[in-house]
Amino acid sequence: MPVPVLLGQLTLGLVNGSFYALLSLGLAVIFGLMGVVNFAHGAFYTLGAFAALLGLQYLGINYWVALLLAPLAVGLLGVLVERLLLRHLYGLDPLYGLLLTFGLALIVEGSLHQVFGASGQSYPVPESLAGALNLHFMFLPLYRAWVILASLVICFSTWFVIERTRLGATLRAATENAPLLQAFGVNVPLLVAATYGGGVALAALAGVLASPVVLVNSHMGTELVIVVFAVVVIGGMGSILGSIVSGLVLGLVEGFTKVIYPEASNIVVFVIMALVLILRPAGLFGRE
Amino acid sequence: MRSSRWIIAFCAASLVAATPHAARAAGDQVVIGDIDDMSGVYADVEGAGGVEAINMAIADFGGTVLGKKIAVLTADHQNKPDIGASKFREWADQQGLNLLLGGSNTGVNIAMSKVAAAKKVPFITIGAGGASLTNEDCTAYSVHYVYDTTALANGTATAMINAGGKSWFYLTADYAFGTQLQSAASKVVEQHGGKNVGAVRVPLGAADFSSFLLQAQASGAQVLGLANAGTDFSNSLKAANEFGVTRTMKPAALLVFITDIHSLGLKTAQGLYLTDGWYWDLNDETRAFAKRFYAKMNRQPTMDHAGAYSAILTYLKAVKAAGSTDPDKVMAQLKKDKINDMFAKGGYIRADGAMIHEMYVMQVKTPQESKYPWDYYKLIRKMSGEEAFGPVTGLCPLAPK
Repeated sequence: MPVPVLLGQLTLGLVNGSFYALLSLGLAVIFGLMGVVNFAHGAFYTLGAFAALLGLQYLGINYWVALLLAPLAVGLLGVLVERLLLRHLYGLDPLYGLLLTFGLALIVEGSLHQVFGASGQSYPVPESLAGALNLHFMFLPLYRAWVILASLVICFSTWFVIERTRLGATLRAATENAPLLQAFGVNVPLLVAATYGGGVALAALAGVLASPVVLVNSHMGTELVIVVFAVVVIGGMGSILGSIVSGLVLGLVEGFTKVIYPEASNIVVFVIMALVLILRPAGLFGRE
Repeated sequence: MRSSRWIIAFCAASLVAATPHAARAAGDQVVIGDIDDMSGVYADVEGAGGVEAINMAIADFGGTVLGKKIAVLTADHQNKPDIGASKFREWADQQGLNLLLGGSNTGVNIAMSKVAAAKKVPFITIGAGGASLTNEDCTAYSVHYVYDTTALANGTATAMINAGGKSWFYLTADYAFGTQLQSAASKVVEQHGGKNVGAVRVPLGAADFSSFLLQAQASGAQVLGLANAGTDFSNSLKAANEFGVTRTMKPAALLVFITDIHSLGLKTAQGLYLTDGWYWDLNDETRAFAKRFYAKMNRQPTMDHAGAYSAILTYLKAVKAAGSTDPDKVMAQLKKDKINDMFAKGGYIRADGAMIHEMYVMQVKTPQESKYPWDYYKLIRKMSGEEAFGPVTGLCPLAPK
């Protein structure tokens, strides 16, 4: 394979990997800190994209503002979901949380389908990111470069907050021993709600980032979330760094597959997942 | 204890709800069924709009035929062949079904055509495109009404070659429909002295097409043949624009519905060549139908919506002329009649079940050329039915070569 083609595919793999990393990060935060398998993650991603689209169409909110507002709005919705619904399932089998969030996803996607139809709508690429970069081996649309940059910055700052700051330490303490932390006067329920809201906001942010690239429609998150779950399993359920690194790496692997044997490009992630589960059940970065 | 009682009550209630009202079936009414993708990726192409078109046709016919009321049943096949086939079988056995309209998805329609043959129920395919439905998968009760892969390839590929696009690279959806479309287009390209440079098979519903597009661009071909449909088509064309592939290659859309162009917007879709079986803005008759449809559905009808309307009228006229709903008599009548309405002029159903009618090669307008909402296409060429659908292939035993 000629080097320029290889470099081109690598770059594209990195773009897709950025989306995987951003989405799996949110899932890993929610699972790692709350023990909830959030099947509604794809629906929140879709909601983020719709929030940006409707904001532009009806309120004239531009891309950059939407990048801030849409995750905020969807995050608040996440807090509501946690306070009203998820909260009642703590201490039960994790299966209940999975079923609840799966049901939520079906309701959200079904409602969006009912109102906006199946065929989707276009979100324009913001003017300031319209051109392309000449990388000599390929033309990389500026917007895709921005996606890589934005998601790397967000992923690593999230990792830093959770693993390296006092706030992160408190969050982790809430999962290790909630009653003790509460005895110190920390409002644990608020912390848990904020965690879910934060994880969901990451999904919405990925949705806004994706909206100029793909058609915005009700089923845009359905297929993606399955791949992202595989990414999280490969990285090690709940491992923040694992989800980021495996998201990026799997994007690259998928990119290569698209050139070598395109028909297999939608299953290669699952093949790797099966291998990881056999050889290292806790995932690449997980603790046994 | 309390909760188990609730569960039992719930199950009992759903059983009551699910029991079909079989008692009224057969005899005192004519039953028309419609099995389509009502909730998935093809739902906008036909779906609920198709049901609306069926009801419009029945109302226009007067609501009765041979003095019997006309009833409509609808179901969602969810793009699963087994669901479509078993629903069809159930209606044929219990509801006295007289006619089935098959919606989108070639795979589901092939499965349903087997039931049509076994149960002897006339079966008209609307939204699905696979030409095998009137070739190796044909039955004595099947009709393929709106378009097929052969007609699409004949229209678009010929137009592209006439416009100078001699060498082709295909982006093909990796399932029955995509491969049938690619092979039909390849044949046309070869016949006209063009060259098929290569193809990449893309998994259905891929999240990102950019990698495949760069492969297409690296091939050096002049034409990018998009042998896919729906969201896959829209997302691949969007990415082709973004990555500048459309600057070196001309995209040729092998199946496009007007709803796809509406989703993409003219800025992305302009200049695209495509083949359509019907367009809402062709003449006064089509505009009149479109206006009525728009009032109900708040969007313009696709060729499938117009085709569903026309198919129902054609069937009801045949029942009236035959004086019976007997499947064999109705099929004989259908294959005898000429079809003249707002969908087709001088159309007829061939022995293999293909409805032969004019097809239209269109080009998508630029944003400047478009004067009013949904003003999307300009007519490049009208193809006669014989040219579009080609001669009988001999693959269907009902129509020897």
